[in-house]
Amino acid sequence: MLRDITLGQYYPADSVIHRLDPRVKLVGTLVFLVSLFLFPGFSGYLLATFVLFSVIKLSKVPFKFMVKGMKAILFLLLITMGFNLFLTQGEPLVSFWIFTITKEGLYQALKMGIRLSYLVIGSSVMTLTTTPNQLTDGLEKGLSPLKKIHVPVHEIAMMMSIALRFIPILMEETDKIMKAQIARGADFESGNIFQRVKNMIPLLVPLFISAFRRANDLAMAMEARCYHGGEGRTQMKPLAYKKRDRIAYLLIFLYLAASIAWRIWGGALF
Amino acid sequence: MELKDVTYTYSPGTVYEANAIEHINLKIDEGQFIGVIGHTGSGKSTLIQHFNGLMKPTSGQVLYEGEDIWAEGYDLRKLRSRVGLVFQYPEHQLFEIDVLTDVCFGPKNQGLSKEDAEERAREALKHVGVPEDLYRKSPFELSGGQKRRVAIAGVLAMNPKVLILDEPTAGLDPRGRDEILDQIKHLHEERGITILLVSHSMEDVARYAGRLIVMNDAHLVFDDTPREVFRHYRELEKMGLAAPQVTYIMHALKERGLDVDVNATTVEEARANILQALGKRTSRLETEDTEDKRIC
Repeated sequence: MLRDITLGQYYPADSVIHRLDPRVKLVGTLVFLVSLFLFPGFSGYLLATFVLFSVIKLSKVPFKFMVKGMKAILFLLLITMGFNLFLTQGEPLVSFWIFTITKEGLYQALKMGIRLSYLVIGSSVMTLTTTPNQLTDGLEKGLSPLKKIHVPVHEIAMMMSIALRFIPILMEETDKIMKAQIARGADFESGNIFQRVKNMIPLLVPLFISAFRRANDLAMAMEARCYHGGEGRTQMKPLAYKKRDRIAYLLIFLYLAASIAWRIWGGALF
Repeated sequence: MELKDVTYTYSPGTVYEANAIEHINLKIDEGQFIGVIGHTGSGKSTLIQHFNGLMKPTSGQVLYEGEDIWAEGYDLRKLRSRVGLVFQYPEHQLFEIDVLTDVCFGPKNQGLSKEDAEERAREALKHVGVPEDLYRKSPFELSGGQKRRVAIAGVLAMNPKVLILDEPTAGLDPRGRDEILDQIKHLHEERGITILLVSHSMEDVARYAGRLIVMNDAHLVFDDTPREVFRHYRELEKMGLAAPQVTYIMHALKERGLDVDVNATTVEEARANILQALGKRTSRLETEDTEDKRIC
């Protein structure tokens, strides 16, 4: 049940997308997410769909893995679409009982649906093709200019990579403790909301304790290996842009320019 | 308890698909003390979680007292109070404000009143040798070995008929290990509880278990008395396991010409055996000795 969350799960493959510099992928994902909100209408989403699916094809990651992350937001997606569908004012299309579906509502609901699913799939493409380590390296290097204004970039990147690293461990731990308590007769499934929250205590207390214990152990292990922050720390594989990264930047820039142009003039044209 | 042709598949339909256990047939009678050994990842943990319905077999049947536990309308919670399962590092599941309340968690879930639950908890704590002055302490103040006992008591307090323990001695010092195993043996003898002991240590299972199950690569390879199983010590080695050290010593002694029984499984048995064999030889040596002197 907890294994369905794809975010932060790397899918190993040998593709041009996997080999791209993580900074390029970060920027690319960001641009893609922004573009989803820039496009004024469906015509723009055609371009977004084309781009998204070309990248997925290039990445050699099975499409199944991309949509896996959707399961987690399915509920949110349905609620959002439902609200937009029924509560938007405008020209009525169909009407039954107290519900009225308007043309504008249908349009809004579809738009929100596409936006939300592409947001998730777009970010999944990045996390599936980039190891968490590369990702944080990319972030650290990409944000390093901020060090000048005393933003602790290295520390933030380190915290992120540790947090990512611990997601699967804590999930496994949750699964284990849950089973152990079920074996002692605990019940996580029935009862009203208050009983359910109360029933979570046997799960949450041990989970927090183990998280603190792990954090403590990790801090100790890092100190034992003389970790003292980012000052003067070198990397085994320093990031450097290659030709393919420059080409990718160019494509990303063109895509961004296209979506901005669409925003400004597209509404009138299509 | 019986497993009939049980197979469990992880993540079916994905690239990570793998069988954790395959076509397991196993029958466990009441009152047995069974050791389960196998290499890491051989399917031991998956196997034992089938007995109390924490895992549902992909195919095959799990029976308890002749009834299919996955049949519609079967009361799994009742089953879980009959078949107690102590996980690896059970101390990580403690959560209550004091020891006694934590041990009461299981019996209370069974629907017992506060008094009855406490009664059971006290009994269980006594069984695993937790002194009374610790009952009102926070479980997090105790030492590792004490925590472990409290956690075992937490399952024991549910009065199970079958107790399954997944490496109950992992990470304990030799003395703590022997104490816990001795207490488990006591439970087996006094209350007649069926015990399934998962362990890495051949010495432990050889000493306590009357029947030994060996898992390898998702399959059940041996199911016999420890003595018979350790006869196959060469095959055990191929699986990355090993027979108890005494088995090797006995075999080595036999090769050097000492007339010992190679099937001895515990140190005590081996000691008696070696002394007996040596007794024969020393007496022979002594006679040779005296003969030598005579020649001189």
